[in-house]
Amino acid sequence: MKEAYKETTRYGMVIDLDKCTGCGTCMVACMAENNISFKEDETNKLDSITWMRVYKITNGRPYPNTEICYIPRPCMHCEGSHGHPAPCVSVCPATATDQDPKTGIVSQIYTRCFGCRYCMAACPYHARYFNWWDPVWPGEMEKYLNPDVSPRMRGVVEKCSFCHHRLQRAKNKAYLEGRREIREDEYIPACAQACPANAITFGDLNNPEHKVYKLKKSPYAFRLLERLGTNPKVYYLSRKGWVRRAADN
Amino acid sequence: MFPFCFEWQWDAGHFLFMGSLYMVLTVVGLGLMYAGIRTFLDLKKGDH
Amino acid sequence: MDYALIPEGVKRCSFGKFVLWISAVSLLLLWGAAGALLCWIKGLNQTNMNDYFGFGIWITLDLAVIALGAGAFFTGFLRYIIGIDELKNIVNFAVIIGFICYSSALAILGLDVGQPLRGWFIFWHTNIHSMLAEVAFCITCYFCVLCIEYLPLLLENRQLKKIPSLNLFGHHLHRIVAVFAATGTFLSFFHQGSLGGMYGVLYARPFAFRDGFFIWPWTFFLFILSAIAAGPSFTILITWITQKITRKKLVKKNVIALLAKISGWLLLGYLFFKIADTIYWATVTAPARGFTFMDFYRNQPYGLWLFILEIGICGVIPAIILLTRRGRENNSWLILACFLNCTGVVINRFVFTVQTLALPVLPFDRFVTYFPSWQEWASSLAVIAYGIIVISLSYRYLPVFPQEKELNPA
Repeated sequence: MKEAYKETTRYGMVIDLDKCTGCGTCMVACMAENNISFKEDETNKLDSITWMRVYKITNGRPYPNTEICYIPRPCMHCEGSHGHPAPCVSVCPATATDQDPKTGIVSQIYTRCFGCRYCMAACPYHARYFNWWDPVWPGEMEKYLNPDVSPRMRGVVEKCSFCHHRLQRAKNKAYLEGRREIREDEYIPACAQACPANAITFGDLNNPEHKVYKLKKSPYAFRLLERLGTNPKVYYLSRKGWVRRAADN
Repeated sequence: MFPFCFEWQWDAGHFLFMGSLYMVLTVVGLGLMYAGIRTFLDLKKGDH
Repeated sequence: MDYALIPEGVKRCSFGKFVLWISAVSLLLLWGAAGALLCWIKGLNQTNMNDYFGFGIWITLDLAVIALGAGAFFTGFLRYIIGIDELKNIVNFAVIIGFICYSSALAILGLDVGQPLRGWFIFWHTNIHSMLAEVAFCITCYFCVLCIEYLPLLLENRQLKKIPSLNLFGHHLHRIVAVFAATGTFLSFFHQGSLGGMYGVLYARPFAFRDGFFIWPWTFFLFILSAIAAGPSFTILITWITQKITRKKLVKKNVIALLAKISGWLLLGYLFFKIADTIYWATVTAPARGFTFMDFYRNQPYGLWLFILEIGICGVIPAIILLTRRGRENNSWLILACFLNCTGVVINRFVFTVQTLALPVLPFDRFVTYFPSWQEWASSLAVIAYGIIVISLSYRYLPVFPQEKELNPA
């Protein structure tokens, strides 16, 4: 399977904020797909797990000029720059998080993580979550768990994996069919698949044939906190100047 | 920590980092051994 | 009752009084143990930490006690490597303080991680590029060194000394203590630095991030300097408290004054580099990442006052007192200076831990507050109780202060 990937593959996302309605389907799809447990009382959002989180921002102007924008925020799968890997990768003392050089996906090894939370301190996007509680699924809900995704235990950090198990599945399928490459539509994370507004596009940022390659070159494309040099692989699109300005410090 | 752990790489970083660790452990170990052996020898000398 | 264990020629309080004292302090220790047990059994949901505050009071405490415990390695370095003979009168006590600081830091770390039973992964699956891995290695190794340094003193106990093998072993260990002191210095240099490096490398957290030299951000060097500046002050402070409680003179004034002078000069050096670093960070490093200096202090509780308190009141003022002969010789001024110096280093560690995490980096994110739960307070305060107990036991049963007999003739 080694040759099935070009060394330059870099999976990424382009999220069109002008299309996003803030419905939260991406969050729900992500939670269901990735076996994210929940608490009986979810009112405290500071310790609940949302790999995909939708932020709401406004232009701060009074009615009738008020405008709202929703910003879905998965893990940015930062590429890093100037010799730095992703902010969270180099800090992990137990090599529990790593970046796949073949796909650019930043992984988290749950059984390796011992819960020091240094990676959470390093991530400016708050994309990393700690399991403060034992994971529980009420009643019959355990039967709905995704068999491709391992549930996480209390005391470890977790985060969006770009639905890495879907990549594995697509790779297996391609292998069985004797193909070396997987097609663009064969590997799509749950959030992108579920978005009713088609706001999320996913693919190889380095492949000129993929939609994301063209979209990221749009003059309206931007990334969150570009000036920090994290080099995220999640791009956003918006024709509204105030939205683009609000995304960087 | 050891060459058989899969994170291990034979590079300058590992050489320096782990080299320093094993050097420290060796110094501390040798120090303790020295004190232990001298104690043993002194006790033996005292017996005779 | 325990007369046979008490060093010869010194006076100690009655056994009953001692038991009462230890029992009172143990209550605090028990309260801490209850908090710690709850965290271990029920998990870290017992704390008030959250996904914004992955680090809280425990990490602040860890950093603070390790900085304050630097007196042990630095006094050992000055005594055994540089050869400043007067310091032999306080080096034992400095080692005990260091032992307390490092053992509590390790215990708190064991509490702070989500999966304590996997703690060994940090050694087994080491990521050598992580500053935290370096910290873990050096702290653990240095704690072993501290145990070895503490051991000869422990074996000086009146009863243990009667056992020839133990007596000889202690004697031989003491003979080569310089080797351990040198190893301790090497280890301390790296872990004090790496603790600073831990924050300085966070390039996506502009409040903490610093440029630096080779792989080490400037915070690496600043943390070493601030620790060796505050460590001796902490040793003086604890010696003073011990003298007040025991109502005895235990260390001669010239020894304290020497340590104070060293602390003062190091503090001055630290302040020089800290101010230079702050200017460079405020004018070059942070603006390159889209932040102005005041962005970090505006509209939030950790305002400029905290910066002034850390650098000015708890930095410049103690440096002036410690560097003037009159300041050092006046006991009240000296203790005030040591207290301010130690407070300064604690604030510095707090700022790097809590303020770094509190400041939102995403422009549309909000400022979140954190206040520790009783379990976090209890386990943190238990460190003080643990320290009091170790010092009380050591003082009662071991010849900690070589000048005690001379200063308190029977």
